[in-house]
Amino acid sequence: MSDPAPATGTGPSEFAPWKDPDAQPLIQFRNVTKRFGDFTAIDDLTVDIYAREFFALLGPSGCGKTTLMRMLGGFETPTEGTILLDGQDIGPVPPNRRAVNMMFQSYALFPHLTVRENIAFGLKRDKLPKDRIDARVEEMLRLVQLQKFASRKPHQISGGQRQRVALARSLAKAPKLLLLDEPLGALDKKLRTETQFELMEIQEKTGTTFVIVTHDQEEAMTVASRIAVMDHGRMVQVDTPDRIYETPNTTYVADFIGDVNLIEGNAAAHHEDGKVEIHWREGEPPIVGTPMGEVPDGTRCTFAIRPEKVAISKDHPEGSSNIVHGKVLDIAYLGNMSTYHVELPTGVIIKAQLANNRRIARRNITWEDEVWLSWTETAGVVLTG
Amino acid sequence: MNPRRTFLILIPYLWLLALFLVPFGIVFKISLSDTALAIPPYLPTLDLSTGWAGFREFLSELDFENYVWLTEDDLYWKAYLSSLQIAVFSTVLTLLVGFPIAYGMANAPDQWRPTLMMLVILPFWTSFLIRVYAWMGILSTEGFLNQFLLWTGIIAEPLTILNTNTAVYIGIVYTYLPFMILPIYATLEKLDASLLEAAEDLGCSRTSAFWLVTIPLSRPGVIAGCFLVFIPALGEFVIPSLLGGSGTLMIGKVLWEEFFSNRDWPVASAVAVVLLLLLIVPIILFQKHQEKQQEAEQ
Ligand SMILES: Nc1ncnc2c1ncn2[C@@H]1O[C@H](COP(=O)(O)OP(=O)(O)O)[C@@H](O)[C@H]1O
Ligand SMILES: [Mg+2]
Repeated sequence: MSDPAPATGTGPSEFAPWKDPDAQPLIQFRNVTKRFGDFTAIDDLTVDIYAREFFALLGPSGCGKTTLMRMLGGFETPTEGTILLDGQDIGPVPPNRRAVNMMFQSYALFPHLTVRENIAFGLKRDKLPKDRIDARVEEMLRLVQLQKFASRKPHQISGGQRQRVALARSLAKAPKLLLLDEPLGALDKKLRTETQFELMEIQEKTGTTFVIVTHDQEEAMTVASRIAVMDHGRMVQVDTPDRIYETPNTTYVADFIGDVNLIEGNAAAHHEDGKVEIHWREGEPPIVGTPMGEVPDGTRCTFAIRPEKVAISKDHPEGSSNIVHGKVLDIAYLGNMSTYHVELPTGVIIKAQLANNRRIARRNITWEDEVWLSWTETAGVVLTG
Repeated sequence: MNPRRTFLILIPYLWLLALFLVPFGIVFKISLSDTALAIPPYLPTLDLSTGWAGFREFLSELDFENYVWLTEDDLYWKAYLSSLQIAVFSTVLTLLVGFPIAYGMANAPDQWRPTLMMLVILPFWTSFLIRVYAWMGILSTEGFLNQFLLWTGIIAEPLTILNTNTAVYIGIVYTYLPFMILPIYATLEKLDASLLEAAEDLGCSRTSAFWLVTIPLSRPGVIAGCFLVFIPALGEFVIPSLLGGSGTLMIGKVLWEEFFSNRDWPVASAVAVVLLLLLIVPIILFQKHQEKQQEAEQ
């Protein structure tokens, strides 16, 4: 796995309405629960999403992402709780009367209509004058660069083009909120990356609020202003991509996003600066880490550290804490970097990542080598959940 | 091409030759002959023992007299026209009855669908003739329908339904309904439910989503169903004979009468050939439609 570089903010002038207590959210979920029979798909969910946000829902298959979107679109009604759009309860509003458009996971393009007719479909329902519809459709075709394909049918264009038609169709009515359900799932990696940037550009141009579903963490990292990591119908953490990556609040989040070393132990001996020592093996010095919440002495907790924050060297590094000794078990070459799997004498395996800024022949660590691993006291986090 | 493939391709052609082209050739030949009091009741017959000269003479006796006759007696073109009218009208009726049934089936809960499908096919398990006779029992003046309506007091006098065109329509709609339902059901069942959601999402009401999405996308099934009803209905003979009256003019009935009452095989054959030519037009259209459909699905 290549490692997603944590995105930092969303630009020079920071966009963070969720920090502003006076900001009025565009969407508010208030204790929303959705059950199918006795199966709970969404479990007592409360979250605010702000205008102009690019909000990503991230989670494994079946965790309720689509259900959440369908409630916003009006295709499912919450079993309990309310959803507010611009302060108004949208529970009783049918899908065709919501200022919300959805880009479906399957695209749901009308096969009997041309690209142009597909894009015009929603505008025609609003009974706009013909010249206004035509102008808007042309604008949309230009936005997604499909002018040349306007008179083709959906089955006559490629998967990537279809996806752009679906996007144009859902943007045509200039909705307040655009829902994208795994919009890039069907694209290959390269096209996907390109489209991600296209999406961000479009979002910036149109100022629409986007809620995007994805199970690809890199995608979420790239496009989102905030990410909600979901598990079994709950949002485990809602935060900016960099905070999700750097300071996950549970092992679930740490493990879900990117590569991570997880070491279990017991907390003890709090330092004055709030750091905590974790005793994780008899005979090994304790690990010092930064706790994410209250960690009373003696609690069972997990120390989480990203492989790229673990330094690896043949010589004993300077410093006194967080230094362990082990043997290289395996090396995974990833092109731009390599991951070293180092086995400690206790049998624990720790991954360390090193950028390959030298050519292979010049690198001096190889299989079976005795190496030292080290990391700073702020590099890893201590999690209790 | 290897022999095995040649052989495999040959099978359908042989089938076509044996079951369609040869009988058609015979009927066409009879249609060019003259009636005669003989067995078989037409002349000339081909006698291969007379050799090449005999064959030439045989050919010289064939002519298009009977076809000319068909244009002279207005019974025939009236019968064709009336058949066409009855076939078109009953196809439309079958569509109007069949579409809602197919739609209901396609939207029924999954676990019901096999049962519903079964119910549509079930009538085929009994003889067609018996079912048509049953309709005679239902529609006659003393039949179940009239008795029921009299009993409820909706009517005071029994209705005359049997032996009218109405009974023919009822019979055709009843008989060919499954041929309409099944192709429509097949297209409706394939219809992606998210298309309707997308239509609603873009501002359609449920009703307009039905007209703008469901109807256009069910068109292939509707067209297939209409052809499957129209083609056999045009040449239908049993239903108009048993349920229709003296006023019901259908080419199938005329054909039967020419063959068995008048024993005029040549004219009957000419009627049959013209009917076939009339049917070839919709059949070719139907084939074209099916091909286009298959291409579109690929
Ligand atoms: N209409 C439904 N009836 C019953 N169960 C459903 C229905 N829709 C979704 N579910 C269940 O809810 C859970 C969440 O589904 P979904 O929101 O589609 O997950 P995701 O999009 O995150 O993969 C799944 O376990 C799914 O089986
Ligand atoms: Mg989903």
